[in-house]
Amino acid sequence: MMGWKEIPPGMVILEPGSALKVKTGSWRAAYRPRWIEENCIQCLLCWLYCPDNSVKVKDGKREDFDFDYCKGCGICALECPGKKGNKAIVMEEEVK
Amino acid sequence: MATPLNLKELSKKEIRFTAGHRLCAGCAAPTVVKMILLAACDYPVIAASSTGCLEVSSCISTFTAWKIPWIHNAFENAAATLSGVQTMYKALKKQGKIDKDIKFIAICGDGGTYDIGFQSLSGAMERGHDMLYVCYDNGAYMNTGIQRSGATPTYADTTTCPAGAVIPGKPQQRKDLTRIMAVHGLPYVAQASPSHWPDLMKKVRKAIETPGPKFINIFTPCNRGWRSRTDDAIMLSRLAVETCFWPLYEVENGVTRVTVKPKEKKPIIDFLKAQGRFKHLFEPGREKMIEQIQDIIDKNWERLLKEEEMTLPKEEGNK
Repeated sequence: MMGWKEIPPGMVILEPGSALKVKTGSWRAAYRPRWIEENCIQCLLCWLYCPDNSVKVKDGKREDFDFDYCKGCGICALECPGKKGNKAIVMEEEVK
Repeated sequence: MATPLNLKELSKKEIRFTAGHRLCAGCAAPTVVKMILLAACDYPVIAASSTGCLEVSSCISTFTAWKIPWIHNAFENAAATLSGVQTMYKALKKQGKIDKDIKFIAICGDGGTYDIGFQSLSGAMERGHDMLYVCYDNGAYMNTGIQRSGATPTYADTTTCPAGAVIPGKPQQRKDLTRIMAVHGLPYVAQASPSHWPDLMKKVRKAIETPGPKFINIFTPCNRGWRSRTDDAIMLSRLAVETCFWPLYEVENGVTRVTVKPKEKKPIIDFLKAQGRFKHLFEPGREKMIEQIQDIIDKNWERLLKEEEMTLPKEEGNK
Protein backbone atom coordinates (compact mmCIF):
# COMPACT_ATOMS: atom_id res chain seq x y z
CA MET A 1 0.00 0.00 0.00
CA MET A 2 1.13 3.53 -0.71
CA GLY A 3 2.20 5.61 2.28
CA TRP A 4 0.79 9.12 2.67
CA LYS A 5 4.06 10.65 1.54
CA GLU A 6 3.78 8.89 -1.83
CA ILE A 7 0.21 9.97 -2.53
CA PRO A 8 0.25 12.90 -4.98
CA PRO A 9 -1.51 16.02 -3.61
CA GLY A 10 -4.96 16.46 -5.09
CA MET A 11 -7.03 19.54 -5.81
CA VAL A 12 -4.18 21.99 -5.64
CA ILE A 13 -4.27 24.97 -7.99
CA LEU A 14 -0.86 26.56 -8.35
CA GLU A 15 -1.82 29.44 -10.63
CA PRO A 16 -3.30 32.38 -8.66
CA GLY A 17 -6.19 34.13 -10.37
CA SER A 18 -6.50 31.52 -13.15
CA ALA A 19 -10.26 32.22 -13.17
CA LEU A 20 -9.41 35.19 -15.42
CA LYS A 21 -9.31 32.68 -18.28
CA VAL A 22 -13.06 32.29 -17.90
CA LYS A 23 -14.73 35.17 -19.73
CA THR A 24 -17.98 35.57 -17.82
CA GLY A 25 -19.04 38.45 -20.08
CA SER A 26 -20.83 35.84 -22.20
CA TRP A 27 -23.40 35.59 -19.38
CA ARG A 28 -24.79 39.05 -20.17
CA ALA A 29 -28.34 38.49 -21.32
CA ALA A 30 -30.52 41.56 -21.72
CA TYR A 31 -28.54 44.63 -20.72
CA ARG A 32 -25.05 46.11 -20.79
CA PRO A 33 -23.80 49.28 -19.07
CA ARG A 34 -22.68 52.37 -20.98
CA TRP A 35 -20.33 54.94 -19.44
CA ILE A 36 -21.06 58.60 -20.15
CA GLU A 37 -17.77 60.29 -19.40
CA GLU A 38 -19.04 63.89 -19.20
CA ASN A 39 -21.38 62.97 -16.32
CA CYS A 40 -18.68 61.09 -14.41
CA ILE A 41 -17.44 62.66 -11.17
CA GLN A 42 -14.75 59.98 -10.69
CA CYS A 43 -16.15 58.85 -7.34
CA LEU A 44 -15.07 55.27 -8.21
CA LEU A 45 -18.06 53.75 -6.43
CA CYS A 46 -18.76 51.66 -9.54
CA TRP A 47 -15.23 50.30 -9.33
CA LEU A 48 -15.77 49.33 -5.70
CA TYR A 49 -19.28 47.88 -6.00
CA CYS A 50 -18.78 45.92 -9.25
CA PRO A 51 -18.91 42.21 -8.32
CA ASP A 52 -16.89 41.28 -11.40
CA ASN A 53 -14.08 43.86 -11.38
CA SER A 54 -15.33 45.11 -14.73
CA VAL A 55 -14.69 48.80 -14.14
CA LYS A 56 -11.15 49.59 -15.17
CA VAL A 57 -9.27 52.25 -13.24
CA LYS A 58 -5.84 53.63 -14.11
CA ASP A 59 -3.91 55.98 -11.78
CA GLY A 60 -7.05 56.65 -9.76
CA LYS A 61 -9.12 57.57 -12.86
CA ARG A 62 -11.98 55.58 -14.29
CA GLU A 63 -11.74 54.06 -17.76
CA ASP A 64 -14.30 52.18 -19.83
CA PHE A 65 -15.92 48.87 -18.87
CA ASP A 66 -14.28 45.49 -19.29
CA PHE A 67 -16.95 43.61 -21.19
CA ASP A 68 -14.96 40.37 -21.01
CA TYR A 69 -16.25 39.85 -17.47
CA CYS A 70 -19.25 42.19 -16.97
CA LYS A 71 -22.35 40.07 -16.29
CA GLY A 72 -24.69 43.04 -16.81
CA CYS A 73 -26.15 43.06 -13.27
CA GLY A 74 -26.64 46.85 -13.28
CA ILE A 75 -25.38 47.62 -9.75
CA CYS A 76 -23.02 50.27 -11.18
CA ALA A 77 -25.85 52.09 -12.95
CA LEU A 78 -28.15 52.01 -9.90
CA GLU A 79 -25.47 53.26 -7.51
CA CYS A 80 -23.94 55.87 -9.83
CA PRO A 81 -24.53 59.33 -8.27
CA GLY A 82 -23.83 61.05 -11.62
CA LYS A 83 -23.47 64.78 -12.07
CA LYS A 84 -26.42 67.06 -11.15
CA GLY A 85 -28.85 64.17 -11.40
CA ASN A 86 -27.50 62.92 -14.72
CA LYS A 87 -26.22 59.36 -14.43
CA ALA A 88 -22.78 58.56 -15.77
CA ILE A 89 -23.74 54.92 -16.24
CA VAL A 90 -26.90 53.76 -17.98
CA MET A 91 -28.06 50.25 -18.86
CA GLU A 92 -28.77 49.63 -22.51
CA GLU A 93 -30.05 46.69 -24.47
CA GLU A 94 -27.39 44.10 -25.13
CA VAL A 95 -26.24 43.74 -28.73
CA LYS A 96 -24.82 40.36 -29.61
CA MET B 1 2.48 53.53 6.41
CA ALA B 2 -1.02 52.15 6.20
CA THR B 3 -2.83 52.74 2.91
CA PRO B 4 -5.57 55.35 3.49
CA LEU B 5 -9.07 53.98 3.11
CA ASN B 6 -10.13 56.16 0.19
CA LEU B 7 -11.08 54.81 -3.20
CA LYS B 8 -8.47 56.74 -5.15
CA GLU B 9 -5.63 55.17 -3.18
CA LEU B 10 -7.27 51.76 -2.87
CA SER B 11 -7.89 51.58 -6.63
CA LYS B 12 -4.10 51.58 -7.13
CA LYS B 13 -3.86 48.35 -5.11
CA GLU B 14 -4.20 44.90 -6.59
CA ILE B 15 -7.62 43.29 -6.13
CA ARG B 16 -6.75 39.87 -4.78
CA PHE B 17 -10.04 38.28 -5.86
CA THR B 18 -10.25 38.25 -9.66
CA ALA B 19 -13.08 38.36 -12.17
CA GLY B 20 -13.97 35.13 -13.91
CA HIS B 21 -15.52 33.68 -10.76
CA ARG B 22 -18.87 32.01 -11.33
CA LEU B 23 -20.97 33.81 -8.71
CA CYS B 24 -24.33 35.02 -10.05
CA ALA B 25 -24.72 38.40 -11.73
CA GLY B 26 -25.33 40.99 -9.01
CA CYS B 27 -24.15 38.78 -6.12
CA ALA B 28 -22.82 40.87 -3.23
CA ALA B 29 -20.34 38.23 -2.00
CA PRO B 30 -17.48 39.12 -4.41
CA THR B 31 -17.91 42.80 -3.52
CA VAL B 32 -17.68 41.94 0.17
CA VAL B 33 -14.54 39.83 -0.43
CA LYS B 34 -13.04 42.66 -2.48
CA MET B 35 -13.67 45.13 0.36
CA ILE B 36 -12.15 42.79 2.97
CA LEU B 37 -9.01 42.16 0.92
CA LEU B 38 -8.64 45.87 0.07
CA ALA B 39 -8.88 46.78 3.76
CA ALA B 40 -6.13 44.19 4.38
CA CYS B 41 -4.07 45.39 1.38
CA ASP B 42 -0.99 46.16 3.50
CA TYR B 43 -0.60 42.55 4.62
CA PRO B 44 -0.08 39.12 3.11
CA VAL B 45 -3.29 37.19 3.74
CA ILE B 46 -4.11 33.48 3.95
CA ALA B 47 -7.81 32.71 3.64
CA ALA B 48 -10.14 29.76 4.09
CA SER B 49 -13.76 29.19 3.14
CA SER B 50 -16.27 26.59 4.14
CA THR B 51 -18.43 24.97 1.49
CA GLY B 52 -20.84 27.51 0.05
CA CYS B 53 -21.57 29.80 -2.88
CA LEU B 54 -18.27 31.63 -2.56
CA GLU B 55 -16.29 28.41 -2.32
CA VAL B 56 -17.86 26.53 -5.23
CA SER B 57 -17.89 29.57 -7.49
CA SER B 58 -14.40 30.88 -6.80
CA CYS B 59 -12.67 27.57 -7.33
CA ILE B 60 -13.97 25.37 -10.13
CA SER B 61 -11.75 22.65 -11.60
CA THR B 62 -8.36 24.24 -12.28
CA PHE B 63 -9.61 27.82 -12.07
CA THR B 64 -9.29 29.92 -8.94
CA ALA B 65 -10.30 33.54 -8.45
CA TRP B 66 -8.04 33.89 -5.40
CA LYS B 67 -4.68 35.58 -5.69
CA ILE B 68 -3.79 34.69 -2.12
CA PRO B 69 -3.24 31.24 -0.59
CA TRP B 70 -6.73 29.91 0.07
CA ILE B 71 -7.92 26.62 1.48
CA HIS B 72 -11.23 24.80 1.46
CA ASN B 73 -11.75 21.66 3.50
CA ALA B 74 -15.42 20.90 4.25
CA PHE B 75 -18.68 22.59 5.19
CA GLU B 76 -18.33 22.36 8.94
CA ASN B 77 -14.71 23.15 9.63
CA ALA B 78 -13.35 26.32 8.00
CA ALA B 79 -12.45 27.78 11.41
CA ALA B 80 -10.74 24.56 12.54
CA THR B 81 -8.88 24.29 9.23
CA LEU B 82 -7.65 27.87 9.35
CA SER B 83 -6.70 27.57 13.02
CA GLY B 84 -4.51 24.61 12.00
CA VAL B 85 -2.84 26.64 9.27
CA GLN B 86 -2.32 29.51 11.71
CA THR B 87 -0.76 27.15 14.28
CA MET B 88 1.65 25.80 11.67
CA TYR B 89 2.59 29.39 10.76
CA LYS B 90 3.26 30.12 14.43
CA ALA B 91 5.51 27.05 14.68
CA LEU B 92 7.43 27.93 11.50
CA LYS B 93 7.84 31.49 12.73
CA LYS B 94 9.25 30.24 16.03
CA GLN B 95 11.72 28.09 14.10
CA GLY B 96 12.79 31.14 12.13
CA LYS B 97 11.62 29.64 8.81
CA ILE B 98 9.17 32.44 8.10
CA ASP B 99 9.42 36.12 9.00
CA LYS B 100 6.38 37.70 7.36
CA ASP B 101 3.49 39.13 9.37
CA ILE B 102 0.66 37.11 7.81
CA LYS B 103 -3.03 37.71 8.51
CA PHE B 104 -5.50 34.81 8.58
CA ILE B 105 -9.07 35.37 7.40
CA ALA B 106 -11.89 32.84 7.10
CA ILE B 107 -14.72 33.94 4.79
CA CYS B 108 -17.78 31.70 5.04
CA GLY B 109 -21.50 31.86 4.35
CA ASP B 110 -24.22 31.81 6.97
CA GLY B 111 -24.90 28.09 6.55
CA GLY B 112 -21.27 27.26 7.27
CA THR B 113 -21.21 29.73 10.15
CA TYR B 114 -24.56 29.91 11.98
CA ASP B 115 -25.36 26.20 11.66
CA ILE B 116 -23.00 23.60 10.23
CA GLY B 117 -19.70 25.27 11.10
CA PHE B 118 -20.75 26.72 14.41
CA GLN B 119 -18.93 24.27 16.70
CA SER B 120 -15.76 24.75 14.69
CA LEU B 121 -16.06 28.55 14.85
CA SER B 122 -16.90 28.62 18.55
CA GLY B 123 -13.96 26.29 19.30
CA ALA B 124 -11.41 28.24 17.27
CA MET B 125 -12.49 31.51 18.88
CA GLU B 126 -12.38 30.00 22.39
CA ARG B 127 -8.88 28.61 21.77
CA GLY B 128 -7.86 32.15 20.88
CA HIS B 129 -6.27 31.69 17.47
CA ASP B 130 -4.99 34.90 15.93
CA MET B 131 -7.46 34.99 13.05
CA LEU B 132 -10.43 36.91 11.70
CA TYR B 133 -13.59 34.98 10.88
CA VAL B 134 -15.95 36.77 8.49
CA CYS B 135 -19.45 35.51 7.82
CA TYR B 136 -21.06 36.78 4.62
CA ASP B 137 -24.69 36.45 5.62
CA ASN B 138 -27.17 36.02 2.77
CA GLY B 139 -29.75 34.39 4.98
CA ALA B 140 -30.14 30.86 3.54
CA TYR B 141 -28.32 27.96 1.88
CA MET B 142 -28.29 29.71 -1.49
CA ASN B 143 -25.72 27.44 -3.13
CA THR B 144 -27.90 24.33 -2.90
CA GLY B 145 -31.18 26.05 -3.78
CA ILE B 146 -32.36 28.45 -1.06
CA GLN B 147 -32.95 26.20 1.95
CA ARG B 148 -33.66 27.90 5.27
CA SER B 149 -30.74 28.43 7.67
CA GLY B 150 -30.37 29.78 11.20
CA ALA B 151 -29.80 33.17 9.58
CA THR B 152 -33.04 33.22 7.56
CA PRO B 153 -35.28 36.03 8.83
CA THR B 154 -38.73 35.35 10.23
CA TYR B 155 -41.46 34.84 7.57
CA ALA B 156 -39.01 34.66 4.67
CA ASP B 157 -40.01 32.21 1.96
CA THR B 158 -37.43 29.51 1.21
CA THR B 159 -37.68 26.10 -0.47
CA THR B 160 -37.71 24.29 2.88
CA CYS B 161 -40.15 26.69 4.58
CA PRO B 162 -42.32 27.66 1.63
CA ALA B 163 -44.92 30.33 2.28
CA GLY B 164 -48.41 29.01 1.61
CA ALA B 165 -51.59 27.91 3.33
CA VAL B 166 -49.73 25.92 6.02
CA ILE B 167 -46.93 28.29 7.09
CA PRO B 168 -46.24 31.95 6.25
CA GLY B 169 -42.54 31.32 5.44
CA LYS B 170 -40.00 30.62 8.19
CA PRO B 171 -41.93 30.44 11.47
CA GLN B 172 -38.89 30.84 13.73
CA GLN B 173 -36.73 33.83 14.62
CA ARG B 174 -33.22 34.17 13.20
CA LYS B 175 -30.22 33.62 15.41
CA ASP B 176 -28.41 36.78 16.43
CA LEU B 177 -24.97 35.32 15.75
CA THR B 178 -23.05 38.58 16.18
CA ARG B 179 -24.33 38.76 19.75
CA ILE B 180 -23.52 35.09 20.34
CA MET B 181 -19.95 35.77 19.24
CA ALA B 182 -19.76 38.91 21.41
CA VAL B 183 -20.69 36.79 24.42
CA HIS B 184 -17.64 34.62 23.67
CA GLY B 185 -15.71 37.58 25.07
CA LEU B 186 -13.59 38.12 21.94
CA PRO B 187 -11.39 41.23 21.68
CA TYR B 188 -13.29 42.35 18.57
CA VAL B 189 -16.72 41.53 17.15
CA ALA B 190 -18.57 43.63 14.59
CA GLN B 191 -21.44 43.77 12.16
CA ALA B 192 -21.02 45.51 8.79
CA SER B 193 -22.70 46.14 5.45
CA PRO B 194 -21.17 46.73 1.98
CA SER B 195 -23.39 49.80 1.45
CA HIS B 196 -21.43 51.49 4.26
CA TRP B 197 -18.04 50.55 2.87
CA PRO B 198 -15.82 52.97 4.87
CA ASP B 199 -17.35 51.54 8.07
CA LEU B 200 -16.85 47.97 6.79
CA MET B 201 -13.23 48.55 5.81
CA LYS B 202 -12.42 50.32 9.09
CA LYS B 203 -13.83 47.35 10.98
CA VAL B 204 -11.83 44.82 8.95
CA ARG B 205 -8.66 46.82 9.41
CA LYS B 206 -9.25 47.21 13.14
CA ALA B 207 -9.94 43.48 13.39
CA ILE B 208 -6.81 42.29 11.59
CA GLU B 209 -4.66 44.67 13.60
CA THR B 210 -6.08 43.35 16.89
CA PRO B 211 -4.26 40.23 18.10
CA GLY B 212 -6.40 37.21 18.95
CA PRO B 213 -9.71 35.83 17.66
CA LYS B 214 -12.07 38.23 15.86
CA PHE B 215 -15.47 37.91 14.22
CA ILE B 216 -17.27 40.14 11.69
CA ASN B 217 -20.74 39.46 10.30
CA ILE B 218 -21.37 41.11 6.92
CA PHE B 219 -24.77 41.59 5.29
CA THR B 220 -24.66 40.12 1.76
CA PRO B 221 -27.78 40.35 -0.44
CA CYS B 222 -28.57 37.46 -2.81
CA ASN B 223 -30.93 38.38 -5.64
CA ARG B 224 -31.69 34.74 -6.56
CA GLY B 225 -32.65 33.71 -3.06
CA TRP B 226 -34.34 36.95 -2.06
CA ARG B 227 -36.29 37.10 -5.31
CA SER B 228 -35.16 40.63 -6.02
CA ARG B 229 -33.47 42.48 -8.89
CA THR B 230 -29.88 41.85 -9.97
CA ASP B 231 -28.95 45.51 -9.47
CA ASP B 232 -30.19 46.06 -5.92
CA ALA B 233 -27.58 44.36 -3.70
CA ILE B 234 -26.12 47.61 -2.40
CA MET B 235 -29.50 49.34 -2.21
CA LEU B 236 -30.92 46.49 -0.10
CA SER B 237 -27.91 46.50 2.24
CA ARG B 238 -28.42 50.23 2.70
CA LEU B 239 -32.11 49.68 3.48
CA ALA B 240 -31.22 46.93 5.97
CA VAL B 241 -29.08 49.43 7.86
CA GLU B 242 -31.57 52.32 7.62
CA THR B 243 -34.45 50.17 8.90
CA CYS B 244 -32.23 48.85 11.73
CA PHE B 245 -32.80 45.30 10.47
CA TRP B 246 -29.00 45.08 10.32
CA PRO B 247 -27.53 47.57 12.82
CA LEU B 248 -23.89 48.51 12.30
CA TYR B 249 -22.01 48.14 15.55
CA GLU B 250 -18.86 46.77 17.10
CA VAL B 251 -18.07 45.19 20.46
CA GLU B 252 -14.46 45.89 21.38
CA ASN B 253 -13.28 44.32 24.64
CA GLY B 254 -16.79 44.41 26.04
CA VAL B 255 -17.53 47.99 24.92
CA THR B 256 -20.41 48.27 22.46
CA ARG B 257 -20.38 51.10 19.92
CA VAL B 258 -23.14 51.66 17.39
CA THR B 259 -20.99 52.92 14.51
CA VAL B 260 -23.78 54.10 12.20
CA LYS B 261 -27.01 55.52 13.57
CA PRO B 262 -29.58 56.16 10.84
CA LYS B 263 -30.73 59.78 10.82
CA GLU B 264 -34.27 58.61 10.31
CA LYS B 265 -35.22 55.03 11.14
CA LYS B 266 -37.18 53.75 8.16
CA PRO B 267 -40.11 51.35 8.58
CA ILE B 268 -39.22 47.70 7.91
CA ILE B 269 -41.87 47.56 5.19
CA ASP B 270 -39.45 49.48 2.92
CA PHE B 271 -36.96 46.62 3.22
CA LEU B 272 -39.54 43.82 2.92
CA LYS B 273 -41.44 45.11 -0.12
CA ALA B 274 -38.35 45.10 -2.33
CA GLN B 275 -37.97 41.33 -1.98
CA GLY B 276 -40.07 38.52 -3.44
CA ARG B 277 -39.32 36.27 -0.47
CA PHE B 278 -41.63 38.47 1.62
CA LYS B 279 -44.28 38.94 -1.09
CA HIS B 280 -46.87 36.82 0.77
CA LEU B 281 -46.77 39.24 3.74
CA PHE B 282 -48.54 41.82 1.58
CA GLU B 283 -51.60 39.64 1.04
CA PRO B 284 -54.71 40.84 2.88
CA GLY B 285 -55.03 39.64 6.47
CA ARG B 286 -51.30 39.40 7.06
CA GLU B 287 -50.66 42.99 8.26
CA LYS B 288 -50.07 41.66 11.77
CA MET B 289 -47.02 39.74 10.61
CA ILE B 290 -45.27 42.86 9.35
CA GLU B 291 -46.11 44.55 12.65
CA GLN B 292 -44.60 41.58 14.45
CA ILE B 293 -41.36 41.86 12.45
CA GLN B 294 -41.24 45.61 13.16
CA ASP B 295 -41.74 44.89 16.85
CA ILE B 296 -38.77 42.49 16.98
CA ILE B 297 -36.56 45.02 15.19
CA ASP B 298 -37.61 47.88 17.49
CA LYS B 299 -36.89 45.80 20.59
CA ASN B 300 -33.46 44.68 19.34
CA TRP B 301 -32.53 48.25 18.37
CA GLU B 302 -33.59 49.60 21.78
CA ARG B 303 -31.62 46.85 23.50
CA LEU B 304 -28.53 47.64 21.42
CA LEU B 305 -28.72 51.36 22.25
CA LYS B 306 -29.09 50.50 25.95
CA GLU B 307 -26.12 48.15 25.74
CA GLU B 308 -24.07 50.97 24.23
CA GLU B 309 -25.15 53.35 26.96
CA MET B 310 -24.20 50.80 29.61
CA THR B 311 -20.77 49.88 28.27
CA LEU B 312 -19.45 53.02 26.59
CA PRO B 313 -16.96 54.86 28.85
CA LYS B 314 -18.08 58.30 30.02
CA GLU B 315 -15.14 60.06 28.32
CA GLU B 316 -16.39 58.87 24.91
CA GLY B 317 -19.35 61.09 25.64
CA ASN B 318 -22.10 58.48 25.38
CA LYS B 319 -23.16 60.29 22.24
